[in-house]
Amino acid sequence: MAPHGNPEEPASSASEIKREAPKVAAATPAEQQHHETPWSLWEVFVRSSRGLSHVHAGSLHAPDAAMALRNARDLYTRRNEGVSIWVVPAEAISSSDPDSKGAFFESPQGKDYRHATYYTKSEGVKHL
Amino acid sequence: MTDKDTDFAIEGHGDISVGVHGAGASGDGSASATRITPGNALRPEDIALEVRRGQVKPSEDVAEFALRIGDDGLILAQRLGHWISRAPELEEDIALGNIALDQLGHARSFLTYAGAAWDKSEDDLAYFRREHEFRSAHLFEQPNGDFAVTIARQFIVSYYQYELYTQLMESTDPTLAAISAKAVKEVDYHRDHSAQWVLRLAGGTDESRARIIQGFKLVWPYVDELFEDDELTTRLAEAGVTVQPSSLRAEFDRLTGEIMAEAELDIPAVPQALGGGRRGKHSEFLGYILAEMQVLAREHPGASW
Repeated sequence: MAPHGNPEEPASSASEIKREAPKVAAATPAEQQHHETPWSLWEVFVRSSRGLSHVHAGSLHAPDAAMALRNARDLYTRRNEGVSIWVVPAEAISSSDPDSKGAFFESPQGKDYRHATYYTKSEGVKHL
Repeated sequence: MTDKDTDFAIEGHGDISVGVHGAGASGDGSASATRITPGNALRPEDIALEVRRGQVKPSEDVAEFALRIGDDGLILAQRLGHWISRAPELEEDIALGNIALDQLGHARSFLTYAGAAWDKSEDDLAYFRREHEFRSAHLFEQPNGDFAVTIARQFIVSYYQYELYTQLMESTDPTLAAISAKAVKEVDYHRDHSAQWVLRLAGGTDESRARIIQGFKLVWPYVDELFEDDELTTRLAEAGVTVQPSSLRAEFDRLTGEIMAEAELDIPAVPQALGGGRRGKHSEFLGYILAEMQVLAREHPGASW
């Protein structure tokens, strides 16, 4: 991965339509309750402004990256929220185990010497 | 735009908070990290304000032309809005809704401007004109059909509007140019959206391919009308307000042809409909659209909600 976390397949190149992507089957009345091959889940990250990081905005369904990007644009940037979008297959994300919260996250508590609390000049600086 | 126009455009935002001048969210390093602003694009309200202040007033010809393209967007928005809650996927539901709202936004701007010639508001024009007073082309009032028909119609509309608005950005009429400059970016996305779906439906299952072929067959008869010149467009083309619609055809054919070829679809060999929308002669569908669109405003004139 590049330093700024660009996926190896950058968003700008995700214009190819994945022809072998699962198609929604033409629904017969019996099938209308559930699709046989549902679209896969994608996680959406939106950068609201130049200089800021991409932030997780939500998820959506799409058959491939090209449509996931477009759906993300339509669902998550309708109110001028973004200048850049990443979409990531949900299955590509590994997450920490919620049951290991103690071992994972409690250690830094109380270690205030790890915080730069004694610097005052930087107060009010944006995006720091 | 002149400085004066820009200043007024900010003021015209009324009660929507846009923060300090220039602090739009897009690409501005000093923008707030948390507060989202609507940005500073030209809005119909800004045009209405300019009209009230007597800063702009279209000629009769320009107003008649704005009425045509405004009606195109208005009728299409009404059609597309019908998809909300009915699209094949939730994501697509919102995509079609967004396109409908974009079209409605363009229509509001064009109708607000057109109305200035006759002392009428956008609502007067949308809700209190009769069928033969509408100037939209027949394509825009064609029924949604299934999803493929809607995509085929949107594909033709988007490629037509993109060529038209691109040319109108060079218009000698500054208001038409400004509305078009805003609209063309949105229509560019509509092109991408519909082209993607044409490719997907054509390259999908046998069923989806059959449906997009049938969809194009149903809407293609209404293509020629979009590119017809008449006395009004001839006068306006001479004045540099717009170009002759026929001059947009070559680029439309080339760009739609590229997508159709990639999708391995043939341009349907179907005869062209008579048209007449620009003269107020409409197909049987428009009356029903207007009945639904206008009933509330006519039953309760002046109502607000």
